[in-house]
Amino acid sequence: MQIRSRLSSLAISILAALFIAGCSSTATEPVDQQEPVDQTPEVVAPEVEEIISDFAEDNSTPVDGSGQPISRTFFFEYDKAILNPSDLATLEVHAQILVRNSNRSVVVQGHCDERGTREYNLALGEGRATAISNFLRSAGVGSRQIEVVSYGEERPQNPAHDSTAWAENRRAVLQYR
Amino acid sequence: MRYSSDFIFARRTFFRPVSRSSVSWRLLINYLGLVFLLLVCAPGLQAASSLDTIIIDRGVDEPIRISIVPFAAPDLLRDKASLANIVAFDLARSGQFDTLASENMLSYPSTRQGVFFRDWRILKSAYLVIGRAELLSESGKIFVEFELYDVASERLLESRDFTIDKSQWRDVGHKIADFVYEKITGVQGAFSTKILYVLAKDAGSRNARYQLEVADADGARARTLYSSSEPILSASWSPDGKRVAYVSFETGRPSIILQDIDGLYRERLTNFKGINSSPVFSPDGKNLAMVLSRGGDPEIFVMNIANRKLRRITRHHGIDTEPSWSPDGKTIVFTSDRGGRPQIYQLELETNFLERLTFVGDYNARARLLPGGKHLVFVHRRNGVFHIAWQDLEKDSLLVLTATDLDESPSLAPNGAMLMYATQDQGRGILAVVSIDGRVKYRLPSSVGDVREPAWSPFLPDVVPAN
Repeated sequence: MQIRSRLSSLAISILAALFIAGCSSTATEPVDQQEPVDQTPEVVAPEVEEIISDFAEDNSTPVDGSGQPISRTFFFEYDKAILNPSDLATLEVHAQILVRNSNRSVVVQGHCDERGTREYNLALGEGRATAISNFLRSAGVGSRQIEVVSYGEERPQNPAHDSTAWAENRRAVLQYR
Repeated sequence: MRYSSDFIFARRTFFRPVSRSSVSWRLLINYLGLVFLLLVCAPGLQAASSLDTIIIDRGVDEPIRISIVPFAAPDLLRDKASLANIVAFDLARSGQFDTLASENMLSYPSTRQGVFFRDWRILKSAYLVIGRAELLSESGKIFVEFELYDVASERLLESRDFTIDKSQWRDVGHKIADFVYEKITGVQGAFSTKILYVLAKDAGSRNARYQLEVADADGARARTLYSSSEPILSASWSPDGKRVAYVSFETGRPSIILQDIDGLYRERLTNFKGINSSPVFSPDGKNLAMVLSRGGDPEIFVMNIANRKLRRITRHHGIDTEPSWSPDGKTIVFTSDRGGRPQIYQLELETNFLERLTFVGDYNARARLLPGGKHLVFVHRRNGVFHIAWQDLEKDSLLVLTATDLDESPSLAPNGAMLMYATQDQGRGILAVVSIDGRVKYRLPSSVGDVREPAWSPFLPDVVPAN
């Protein structure tokens, strides 16, 4: 299952790379490369893993098929711990990465803006991180791969005291280990 | 250098706020004395982290005029003048006293024989404090004595003497202020108490530094109990004043630490998955209420400190946090969003009887009961702004005590007369104090970083007991 999904994404990557490289190549080339892979996966698999690693060279930044970092920060409404629907696709990608890499784990850090009491915000931050954790688990990620840590309002991303800063600080962040 | 620039700040802001009381002008003179005192004593203090000079914003409308005459002392006790200043400044920042500047005094008596009550009546001083200090040649210690007189009746109200070390000028000054305050107001003075607070530098950045500090109640003589690159919060005193419980993120998640104020003991009490926070000692010092989310959501637990056994107190899928004890130790008040919004609830431990206490507004949190157990102070949001409010539980009346924004972490003085809280001033976290009737206000700014999370100590054992 794991190998098959890797292979199919490899095929897509190669096709995409060739398409971008230009139209000078003949149409048979990708097929030629793809066929031996299909037939002898045990030989080519190590090479495949190298090519489509889910992580950047620092080994802590998850990347997409083209090597671009995947966003690890998700923002929340004031006093709310509900996931933003537009973040679900990205979270799904994180879930797939974690399912594929069962040896990796994430710390989900929950944060709040400075309004409200510190201890209540610690609880609210945990609610935000837990919302992410619940999503990842429902997408198949093992519970042992996730730890939730709330920092409440103690670690602002932006130390200013205005609505822009507050919006930046109401967040949950995935830290890969 | 640092003090002089802070002083300019103090003087500038001094006249801006409500100056209905005549206390302001005379206090300014006292500031000169205090600044001088700080300059003289600076090498002896850990000035780098002490709070700045207090800025008094508001006192009562008709403060009591009192004269603290500079104490007589031989020249080699060069701090002799400062003792009267320490006493005067303590009384002044209570907001209830108008202390007469020494420059305006007609005479400087140090014994009953030197007192002409007519002089003090002319100066409209209701009370008079005189005193003297002597070096005891055989022990090297200092003998300090004071007398408090009622000017109208010419009666001696109080007199005490102390034997102190040279390093204890501030201790004896605060102690004398306690005696004077109690004799005149009938309320036990809290000038000899201490405060805990968190000093944060560059919070959130890579260079962030968080320090748990302990200082005199006026912010002087600060020293660091624990320093970390990870956040610290929710410090709480043991009722004997010997230990502190607080939350540290040193393990990568919040954990509860128990530590000596003066000794070397330090222990991590809990480090469960999830939240470990809000530690508060029971009035008998045997138990610690706390918040743990190891079961999935934040719930309130009580730990028996001797055997570390945990007892779960709340059971609700929402947020339950910020526990604190009633003075009799029989109930716990806490914050819960079980009604949809954060409100304050009270739980009777023996019967599990639960009662909601707050109904005004949609954000009431982090409550503390006053010594009698009949009044509550807490964080209250009104029109989107966070203030400290006071509520009479029997009459259900609510009084907003503060006018600033982002006010939080109210902590009561042990005599219940005032509370300290955290707020912001020009984008910087500072501590502030307000009397429980809202009439007296002063600030304790810091030029070193953001200060927050104040915790006012209980009454402490006498450092300088009266002889």
